[in-house]
Amino acid sequence: MAQVVLTGINKFYDGNVHAVKDVNLDIRDREFMVFVGPSGCGKTTTLRMIAGLEEISSGDIHIGPQRVNDLAPMDRDIAMVFQNYALYPHMSVFDNMAFGLKMRKFAKEEIRKRVQDASEILGIQQLLGRKPRQLSGGQRQRVALGRAIVRHPQVFLFDEPLSNLDAKLRVQMRVELKKLHQRLGTTAIYVTHDQVEAMTLGDRVVVMKDGVVQQVGEPLELYNAPATKFVAGFLGSPAMNFATVTVTERDGALRTVSEGLDIKVPSEAVERLRPHLGREVTLGIRPEDLDIASGADPQDFTFDALVEVVEKLGSEILLDLKVGRGAMVASVDPIVRVTFGDKLRMTLDPARLHFFDVQTEAAI
Amino acid sequence: MIEGAAWRRWIFFRIPLLLFILVLLFPFYWMVITTFRPDGELYRPWNARNYNPFWTWYPTLEHIRYLFAETQFATWLWNTMLIALASTAISLVCGVLAGYALARLNFPYAGSLGTGIFITYLVPQTLLFIPLSEIIRAYKLGDTPWSLILTYPTFLIPFCTWLMMGYFKAIPKELEECARIDGAARWQAMLYIVIPVAVPGILSAGIFAFTLSWNEFIYALVFLSSPAQKTVPVGVVSELIRGDVFFWGPLMAGALLGSIPVAIAYSFFVEHYVAGLTGSVKG
Ligand SMILES: Nc1ncnc2c1ncn2[C@@H]1O[C@H](COP(=O)(O)OP(=O)(O)O)[C@@H](O)[C@H]1O
Ligand SMILES: [Mg+2]
Repeated sequence: MAQVVLTGINKFYDGNVHAVKDVNLDIRDREFMVFVGPSGCGKTTTLRMIAGLEEISSGDIHIGPQRVNDLAPMDRDIAMVFQNYALYPHMSVFDNMAFGLKMRKFAKEEIRKRVQDASEILGIQQLLGRKPRQLSGGQRQRVALGRAIVRHPQVFLFDEPLSNLDAKLRVQMRVELKKLHQRLGTTAIYVTHDQVEAMTLGDRVVVMKDGVVQQVGEPLELYNAPATKFVAGFLGSPAMNFATVTVTERDGALRTVSEGLDIKVPSEAVERLRPHLGREVTLGIRPEDLDIASGADPQDFTFDALVEVVEKLGSEILLDLKVGRGAMVASVDPIVRVTFGDKLRMTLDPARLHFFDVQTEAAI
Repeated sequence: MIEGAAWRRWIFFRIPLLLFILVLLFPFYWMVITTFRPDGELYRPWNARNYNPFWTWYPTLEHIRYLFAETQFATWLWNTMLIALASTAISLVCGVLAGYALARLNFPYAGSLGTGIFITYLVPQTLLFIPLSEIIRAYKLGDTPWSLILTYPTFLIPFCTWLMMGYFKAIPKELEECARIDGAARWQAMLYIVIPVAVPGILSAGIFAFTLSWNEFIYALVFLSSPAQKTVPVGVVSELIRGDVFFWGPLMAGALLGSIPVAIAYSFFVEHYVAGLTGSVKG
């Protein structure tokens, strides 16, 4: 078990593609760390640098106390699960799992015991004699996991291991992965572009964009207090609503105003927003923090909206709303009766408003 | 497949296929029938009353006996086999290693080197034998099997390299990376993972190389002179065509027996070989 520390990591491909930009990370011992971000943001590249499959352009990587920049992959004591599983097609499941141990000259008895243990954990004992092509997608996934855990490495690396599975199996394997980690307690670094996977699996999550780390934190921390507009919009489904508003002052109170919106700035945000008086900011509000107003809701936190689409999902109803010139999505109770074309008075939860700088996109 | 009514399938698929097969197989049929036909029938004029070119009622092994008793056909077979196997082995070893290097190791100018190797394959043998014969003479290899074992790789190695390069490129890089994380050094990853996975490709390269050297004519004709050193294609032609006299029976018998080893090699590996050509690696 070990911590993994990245200091000032950069990666240039062919001298000009700057794929990873000055990444600093401190991944704790026994932690399940998830890298998430849109495709091409440098997650895989970062992971491959940790694995030793990709040269580090600048910066240092430590696994445990050791600086591993110049260590070959085999000497880093890590195991990696690839997106396409990379099972050795000519070997049986047993041999696939045993290969790493054989290479490391483990005794036959020990190899058999470890493969047996791992296959019991993963429920693949009856598959040990088969070849990879005789397995289903989910089974291959398990074998790939088994091959990683037999070695008892210091760190597990996962590169989108679930993305080749169908939706149902993916949810199931996600739960199993989480259990597996709780049972083994090995430090794990997991790459995905799926924000749901990131939120459900990660002890902490790293959100990346264009090779830059946007924010690191526990899932709910990222969800409730996103550091940038990108993080706010990337996590959560449906995504957070954004509106460009102007900060003004009326009757001694700060307000954010745009066509169709006139919202009072809640008292805890006043200090933060005052420097932006007279300028535009981006207001963010999550769909679940919007609701249909009742008479009791204070005028300061309500606005008018026109219903354009009603999506009845069962556990919730999504309303696509036209607000002024912009659009918003609201998630409301499934019991409300609304139809296309209705004019509604909506209310929002003032404690859950987010404000972002228009230029830097950083949270205010 | 052609969709629709049965007659459409006959007209557009089955009959053309049948014609195609007939045209392709007819020379083989001719070879077989001539091999077993007595001389009396072979040299019968076409307008004779009992002229029947497509069948014989009096099959004979006389031509095959002649081949083994009166010529050194057995020696030629042995020579050809030895030369083909040796040059194939040399070319496969070089081709697999070079193909792997070109496909996987990112060294400078790997791309242009690959193209260069391919271009050498395009130089026609009918030109290359002239400088090569100088070299053969300089090293005093003329009229020995070595003259062919060492010159066949000049076209076999580029061929095998190119084929293997394509095959290695089709093998997912992750297999090797995974092996290297698992604790294998580069050569171990190659030996235990890449090469076993590439077996179909290696087999098809091997079969092609074997066939090319088995059938090679020009170098064998130029570099070998004494009858005891000859290979089947050259031996049959030079010993059984004397002036303008064609010994058709033994000639065809020689061609038939000479093509059997190749046919065996093909049929034996046919499954792998098809997989190798279509380059399918299943993970
Ligand atoms: N071998 C490579 N050569 C050149 N550019 C690459 C290579 N691998 C990845 N890149 C580039 O680096 C960036 C990050 O890629 P990657 O780490 O694979 O993204 P992600 O895994 O987040 O989708 C992308 O812009 C990609 O085009
Ligand atoms: Mg990726």
